[in-house]
Amino acid sequence: MRGRGASQSARRAREFQAFVAGAAGRLLHAATLLTAEDPHDNPRARRLLTLALAHTYACWDRLRGEDPYDRTRQYLATRFARGAWHQYGALGRTRSRATGALARLSPQERLILVLRLYEGVAEEQAAALLGLPQERVRAICDRATTTLLHPPRGPAPRPVGAKVAPS
Amino acid sequence: MNQPRREALVRQILEGGPASVPPELYADVMRRGGRMLRRRQAARRLMWLLLFAATVAFVVWALVAQPWVEPPSETTPPLDW
Repeated sequence: MRGRGASQSARRAREFQAFVAGAAGRLLHAATLLTAEDPHDNPRARRLLTLALAHTYACWDRLRGEDPYDRTRQYLATRFARGAWHQYGALGRTRSRATGALARLSPQERLILVLRLYEGVAEEQAAALLGLPQERVRAICDRATTTLLHPPRGPAPRPVGAKVAPS
Repeated sequence: MNQPRREALVRQILEGGPASVPPELYADVMRRGGRMLRRRQAARRLMWLLLFAATVAFVVWALVAQPWVEPPSETTPPLDW
């Protein structure tokens, strides 16, 4: 019994390490886009990723063929959605530390844009994940795209560290 | 500008090399994840233990009380000679 448990935990650690080595970079980039932090100074994104990966590790034995990347991304997204609600309030009033490429967007716009266009999640899946109607997801995604490509004039932080696309 | 073109432009903005993952992140993940796992295992064990204890208690009670046996009647039939 003890031996079986030990070998199972060793196998879990090995598999999980391989998974993290392959997926952490991309997930951290996604998390940094979500929190709109600077790629070199992203404590919130790191914390988000740490929590999501810890959650994946804890249910590693019960994944039953489910993609661990999918599971981690799902947890990351829902956790960010919940955290953004608490941190920014329902109105999304402050974006004080936002400096990244998506700094102009609201947390919800960033979340949907990253899920749809960076991670390539299908519209209906993103809608189901966030508990929103599909049309709303499409509308928010369109609005975010427009804001990103045609930034409104005004004293907004300049996107740093990313190519600014010509519109 | 049509939809696919706009999406391609946005993808270009979003793309970027994979972020460099700080080495202490993995240790932190293992620490937290291990703690969550242990806590879940302990909770599951406790649940099974409670279930087992409840089953034993029920069986003992049933054997002692024997609720399926009809209780002796408390009224006596009238004594009319």
